[in-house]
Amino acid sequence: MYAYSDFDESFVRDRVRQFRDQVARRIDGRLTEDEFKPLRLMNGLYLQLHAYMLRVAIPYGTLDARQMRQLAAISERWDRGYGHFTTRQNIQFNWPKLGDVPDMLDALADVGMHAIQTSGNCVRNVTSDHFAGAAADEIADPRPYAELLRQWSSDHPEFQYLPRKFKIAITGATADRAVTRAHDIGLRVVARDGAVGFQVSVGGGLGRTPMIGRIIRDFLPEADLVPYVEAVLGVYNQLGRRDNKYKARIKIAVHEMGLDTIRDLVEARFAETRSEFPGAEAALAEIRAAFRAPGFRAGGTAIPSGSPAFRAWADTNLAAHRRGDHAIVTVSLKTPGQQPGDASADQMRVIADLAETYGYDEIRISHRQNVILPHVRKDDLPAVFEALAAAGLAAANAGLISDIIACPGMDYCALATARSIPVAQEIAVLFETLDLAHEVGPLRLNVSGCINACGHHHVADIGILGLERAGAETYQITLGGDPTERIAIGERTGPGFAADEIVGAVERIVMAYLERRESRDETFADAYRRLGLAPFQEALYTEGSKEDAA
Amino acid sequence: MSTAILVTDAGFTPTDPAEHWLPPADLDSSPELCDPVRVVLTPEADPDLLGPHLARIVAIRIVFPAVADGRGFTLARRLRRMGFAGRLRAAGQLIPEQYPMARACGFDEVEIDADRALRQPEADWQKAAGRQGYLARLRRASAA
Ligand code: HEM
Ligand code: SF4
Repeated sequence: MYAYSDFDESFVRDRVRQFRDQVARRIDGRLTEDEFKPLRLMNGLYLQLHAYMLRVAIPYGTLDARQMRQLAAISERWDRGYGHFTTRQNIQFNWPKLGDVPDMLDALADVGMHAIQTSGNCVRNVTSDHFAGAAADEIADPRPYAELLRQWSSDHPEFQYLPRKFKIAITGATADRAVTRAHDIGLRVVARDGAVGFQVSVGGGLGRTPMIGRIIRDFLPEADLVPYVEAVLGVYNQLGRRDNKYKARIKIAVHEMGLDTIRDLVEARFAETRSEFPGAEAALAEIRAAFRAPGFRAGGTAIPSGSPAFRAWADTNLAAHRRGDHAIVTVSLKTPGQQPGDASADQMRVIADLAETYGYDEIRISHRQNVILPHVRKDDLPAVFEALAAAGLAAANAGLISDIIACPGMDYCALATARSIPVAQEIAVLFETLDLAHEVGPLRLNVSGCINACGHHHVADIGILGLERAGAETYQITLGGDPTERIAIGERTGPGFAADEIVGAVERIVMAYLERRESRDETFADAYRRLGLAPFQEALYTEGSKEDAA
Repeated sequence: MSTAILVTDAGFTPTDPAEHWLPPADLDSSPELCDPVRVVLTPEADPDLLGPHLARIVAIRIVFPAVADGRGFTLARRLRRMGFAGRLRAAGQLIPEQYPMARACGFDEVEIDADRALRQPEADWQKAAGRQGYLARLRRASAA
């Protein structure tokens, strides 16, 4: 695992000291609210509906047992004994008191963690493939690049006051598990003529104007990563709109000015920035050494036999490891009925213990709001399963319809127009009750509580967007979104559904899929590509089907 | 109106009221006027337009219209990359936290109005000065 240097340590400590001082200066009036707000945000502190929220970075989703235990301790000491893992590989504490925040930041710094640049109009926590370093389909481990970008973007003097937030995601595998093209910059590692580089996309984003990132560079040599990204940011900082925050993301600049114009500007700037970073090799080599693979212990290459419950879990929650005798384990934070992405302090400690005992001390957070143990020996799987089951963490539903992404919605968020957590809970419970989730197979269902789309509903097989119409919650459905390398934005089905209709509507969509799929091997995504929207609209809106479901 | 304050690594000094700043549009119309030339730029200015005049400009003052508007940082770095070697000043709505950023982007000094200087005294600026970020370290590492 990457070990932070003395420089990181003193940098993070210094930021905590600065933040204490900033809070004091806000209180005595030396800083106005307008001046304090960007500082508060770049230190991860949001103002939510009921309280502040502290968003802690989990760089590229990687942490170890000691850090996980500290998160548990922080949640108990200063929050309500749980934390919320997010789609951006952060953890959020929903109930901190402003006065406690500097102490919380100090406690994070004790284990090399921080909340720097998790909000605000700056380069946010760089996200990556949660299977990095373990996946069978990996070309190169994306984490060293993500770490390089973390160092580059941290406190970057030119880019702390951008027009709007800026998100970068990177994947090193052939499958895109990091939704790269829904980011302001998306990086996909590609190999060309024996050299490693990146396919670079720009201007992706969700929110009220979803856009798929456009390819701005087909092949960027790895040594040019930092100066190229610096060039993109420089162009954006100058051109991004500052008159309207809804039009301030780089996607709007790309849309309004055209990709070719942006590309020309970036290439011209890159010609200047390139000489300032003569070579990434030295920095990358140093970082790579810190990401050495663990000392794997050999074992059997078969999944041990076990109880039916173990087998069901092994069928859904394991992914292929690059070693035949290991597996990647998804620990579901989506037990039906639970708040998606929440983990209690006790659960965090169970995960930490398992990582230490069986997982070479490595833990990841996935953008689907689950926890990953990236390296587990197949021989150890039954023991891991038993321990997870005892902690309520063994839901066998990774990638299934009950593995729902949901934003905080009306229960926490000041911007929400509808609840999202209860909708997710009801849908998960319904399919659990019907015992249908495994029959349905892989299906991504995501819920957002307003147009900002924090719940990624645009890129789900079934996306649900909660809105407010004439004082009542109404839920709009989109179908056919895809977050992977086949990325697609979902299509709206038509009029929305009331809070007491939405679960039935989802059920009708799923039934229509089950009736029409060619075989069990045809996933919802594949069936949708073949069938299009019409049969699902029919299932949703024709009278007969409405009555069936009622 | 009380005079503005100039913040440098040495601390606060009053600005020189005799200094005259030209908008870039006046550069062409008055080539002989007030040598040495000092130019004031708004954040949306295109620095390429200064190109032919750069050698005779001794100072550029870039206006920061709001604390959250960071365009001036990029403008400063562009000017330095274009080879501008004169004095670079960031003027307007900046807070002490932005002083080290301004310095790292190539500014020599920050100009604030008297009210801000009262509200955010010299000690606040000196505490912020000298903070070293990752970028300098990364440059050192990659130059090594
Ligand atoms: C509760 C406080 C939150 C607030 C006030 C908030 C606010 C926002 C806003 C305003 C946007 C739209 C930005 C734009 O397009 O310019 C947005 C987008 C987004 N947020 Fe949140 N959010 C919150 C919580 C979360 C959580 C909990 C997550 C993760 C689960 C999250 C992840 C995202 C993501 C992934 C986007 C995607 C849109 C994009 O950036 O393209 N946010 N958020
Ligand atoms: S989608 Fe809307 S309701 Fe949900 S967290 Fe984002 S801003 Fe809040």
